[in-house]
Amino acid sequence: MRAKDIALDGLFRQNPTLKLVLGTCPTLALTTLAMNGIGMGLAVTFVLTCSNVIISLLRNVIPQKVRIPAYILIIATFVTIIRMLLNKFLPDISASLGTYLPLIVVNCIILGRAEAFASKNPVGAACLDGIFMGLGFMAALTLMGAFREILGSGSVFGVKLWDFSIGFFTQPAGALFTYAMFIAVYSMIYSAVVARKKKSADTSEDRSEKGVTADV
Amino acid sequence: MFKMIPAIIFAAMLSQNFILVQFLGICPFLGVSKNTKSAFGMGMAVTAVMFIATLITYPLYTYLLKPLGFDYMEIIVFIFVIASLVQVIEIILKKTSKSLYEAMGIYLPLITTNCAVLGVTELVLTSELVVTMLDACAYGLFGGLGFTLAIVLMSGMREKLDTVKVPKAFEGFPITMLLACFMAMAFSMF
Repeated sequence: MRAKDIALDGLFRQNPTLKLVLGTCPTLALTTLAMNGIGMGLAVTFVLTCSNVIISLLRNVIPQKVRIPAYILIIATFVTIIRMLLNKFLPDISASLGTYLPLIVVNCIILGRAEAFASKNPVGAACLDGIFMGLGFMAALTLMGAFREILGSGSVFGVKLWDFSIGFFTQPAGALFTYAMFIAVYSMIYSAVVARKKKSADTSEDRSEKGVTADV
Repeated sequence: MFKMIPAIIFAAMLSQNFILVQFLGICPFLGVSKNTKSAFGMGMAVTAVMFIATLITYPLYTYLLKPLGFDYMEIIVFIFVIASLVQVIEIILKKTSKSLYEAMGIYLPLITTNCAVLGVTELVLTSELVVTMLDACAYGLFGGLGFTLAIVLMSGMREKLDTVKVPKAFEGFPITMLLACFMAMAFSMF
């Protein structure tokens, strides 16, 4: 049950991109192509999972006062590792992520989860939280990337669909427009889901109350 | 020696604006732009850190890390320099200027995790505009001023936005991003 909660939080209820609005810089800059979303998403998931595990293991060792510099050093180490791995094995992805690859160090999602979750929870939960928060980030980035790629370049994952394209969506302004629309649609869906859950909870309460009175 | 400077000033402040074109430092841009005064304070603090950070990391990388073959350490060294720099500035301000410290105090710790600061130290290593140490410092300084320009303009608009009624789904972040979208269109005209 708890694992299911963590998974749902990361993917939908507390989605880092759409609900918490963290890590906005790579989201806006890299979503011109759907493939970038997968690359950035996987890199962040790796760093987030590893740093969450290490920080959770060290949560009773790191003194409260120097915790932020300690977290940043741990995160920077894993970013260096993923950068070396990508440079060696997937140089294309590394080139398309550019400056935003080293900037994972200051991605608020990672420091935010370290502070809000990993420093307070046991290793297993912290590891799961890292995986699902990372996947939630990846899903949102890939969806936004696919949307902008289809409208802005007429292709998806590099496969040409048609010759029609709107240049606006490949530009910085298009990124902000797309992000605004995605958050708005997400918050509409989210409030609809919450309202429906509340309603079903209310009716089941009504029924049980009626059942009680009927028994009496 | 100075021939790249005008191009750098133009690129760093306007055509390659850190916030609206390169999307570095979006978090403080959305978070600390509710009123003009705090936006200006944040902008000035970031400008100072960006300038001093490039002043330290650029020679550190070109004359020390690269010749010695330690360039893979760049991320760790840079973030370490930035974090200590922010700490030192905080201590100096606390000792020397109480009023400035109180004005900037709450923004200083946030600057360590500002993408624009780590971003500028990484960008000056690869940008074709930057050839010398002087170019790198100019890029840091005017990049910071471009950051201030964008955040102050944004805060002015957001003060007006408080009086307007927006659809429920667009409250908060979405409407702010739409505002930024129109600003980005203006900046991409350069």
